[in-house]
Amino acid sequence: MISVTDLRKVYRARSGEVAALDGIDLNVAVGEIHGVVGRSGAGKSTLVRCLTAVERPTSGSVRIDGRELTSLRETERRRARRCIGMVFQHVNLLDNRTAAANVAFPLELAGVRRAARRARTAELLELVGLADRARAYPAQLSGGQRQRVGIARALATDPAVLLCDEPTSALDVTTTGQILRLIKDVRDRLGVTVLLITHESAVVREVCDSVTLLRDGRVAEQGDLASVLTHQGSRLARDLLPIRPPDQPGPYVVLEVSFAGEHPVDSGEHRASLAFAQLVRHLDADVAVLGGAVETYGAQQFGRLRIGLPPTASVSDATAFLRARGLTVELLTEPTATADAPSPTKEITKAAAGEEAAGGGAGR
Amino acid sequence: MPVAEAQALGVFDNRVINERLPEAALETLQMVGFSSLFTLFLGLPLGLLLHTSSPTGLRPSFLAHRTLGLVVNVGRSLPFLILLIAVIPFTRFVVGTNIGPEAAIVPLTLGAAPFFARLVESAAREVNPDTVEAAVVMGASRVQVVAKVLVPESLPSIISGFTTTVVTIVSYSAMAGSVGGGGLGYLAVSYGYNRFQTDVMVVTVIVLVALVQIIQLTGDVAARRLDHR
Repeated sequence: MISVTDLRKVYRARSGEVAALDGIDLNVAVGEIHGVVGRSGAGKSTLVRCLTAVERPTSGSVRIDGRELTSLRETERRRARRCIGMVFQHVNLLDNRTAAANVAFPLELAGVRRAARRARTAELLELVGLADRARAYPAQLSGGQRQRVGIARALATDPAVLLCDEPTSALDVTTTGQILRLIKDVRDRLGVTVLLITHESAVVREVCDSVTLLRDGRVAEQGDLASVLTHQGSRLARDLLPIRPPDQPGPYVVLEVSFAGEHPVDSGEHRASLAFAQLVRHLDADVAVLGGAVETYGAQQFGRLRIGLPPTASVSDATAFLRARGLTVELLTEPTATADAPSPTKEITKAAAGEEAAGGGAGR
Repeated sequence: MPVAEAQALGVFDNRVINERLPEAALETLQMVGFSSLFTLFLGLPLGLLLHTSSPTGLRPSFLAHRTLGLVVNVGRSLPFLILLIAVIPFTRFVVGTNIGPEAAIVPLTLGAAPFFARLVESAAREVNPDTVEAAVVMGASRVQVVAKVLVPESLPSIISGFTTTVVTIVSYSAMAGSVGGGGLGYLAVSYGYNRFQTDVMVVTVIVLVALVQIIQLTGDVAARRLDHR
């Protein structure tokens, strides 16, 4: 439904050229909710502007519903935009229009007749649960209600794609949950494809099926939630399943184990805890649990556990044992290694060194 | 209405007040009314063009913005009395005469429209740029953005600006009246000042104050009613 290929956007700055987007590939299937996460400056906003054809990319292709956006003329682009529903961070409702008139706005732009407009508006306000506030002005609505009107407005022209640009960033936690549930509900009922831009990783775990992590205009991690979260060294997993580093480093060789599974039938937790029990028996050593985070997102359960092996245990053996049971294992030799550990390459060399040391210890 | 009351009570034994004043007030209303209308039709598009052609506008155009800005500034920098005299040939060309309330409408409009245009520009500038961009993203054309976003969203400010402009036109009209336009200004100068009829001067001033009050009050109420921010 949404297909972005090798998208580049270069801005000219005084200090030379700045690539806001540097070769982005992104595919979102019909009916999927895809999250795009990244810190500010990662290129999220530029990506949105390219997807709505407000900004012309330097190179690359943007296809929405099979239509190439980058090569369209102005009038064609305007028509294409009407096929994309857009939800904004600050909603951007027209202050001097009632909720109903705001929802009707895109229909007016598209030249829909008044009677049809009225019927569709009532239907949409009903969908977002604001039928009784149709005649209220935005100033009379709460932040959450305003965003509901924003979502109804975005859906007015029956778009195939809903682009949500930080839809909950200006809202409190409770309202955020309500809005995210509404977005999910809308997807389930209408089958729209949703691209959700956010800087809050918590939003991703709430609603997204798949996710892209942007960093410095590039795709740092991408895939469905399970594969990204269990990927070795995943930044997103660290954000979503944070483990506080222990206050005192113990005399352990530390392993980090990630797992994902269906919940509750083929419970990942179950599989993992079973594996740990087996590990203790297999190694005949005391395995300590140093920290962990287990959460259920939708039907999936994800977890990260940090376990400590006594220095006498064979780390390579333990690692192989856990991997054989479908768990992702990462070696952090120092118990002090935090969630903000350095780059993966460094970790790998450290892991290798640790494995040698531990192996030697076991041999003695 | 102070005039009607005054007549009914027979407070004034001055024939100028009893007979000429209603007529002069009507002329002033006529001058102010038509000039305001033309100012609206001329100043609103001018102000919107000033905004849309600005560097942050919908369709930035350096040349258009500068040219319009220059025209507006020239109109605003001329003292009204000088403008009044300077445009006499043009007035004569349009109306056929340069004397009387009809003739005064031309310089009044030319004097007030640039002023109003600037007020419209600043009102339009107050509309949140995010709201404008949201409309563009939703597929609005430039004309639709102006007609459905810029004007409706800044309407309360535009109305306030228009009210200020109409009040300015009232004061300009007195000046135009004194040099041959008729109306209350003419009455005040030719009777109140030149013929030392102080009562005429006082009553004229009262009528003008009342007129301005009514205009301002109407404008304020309208702006408040339409403001839902």
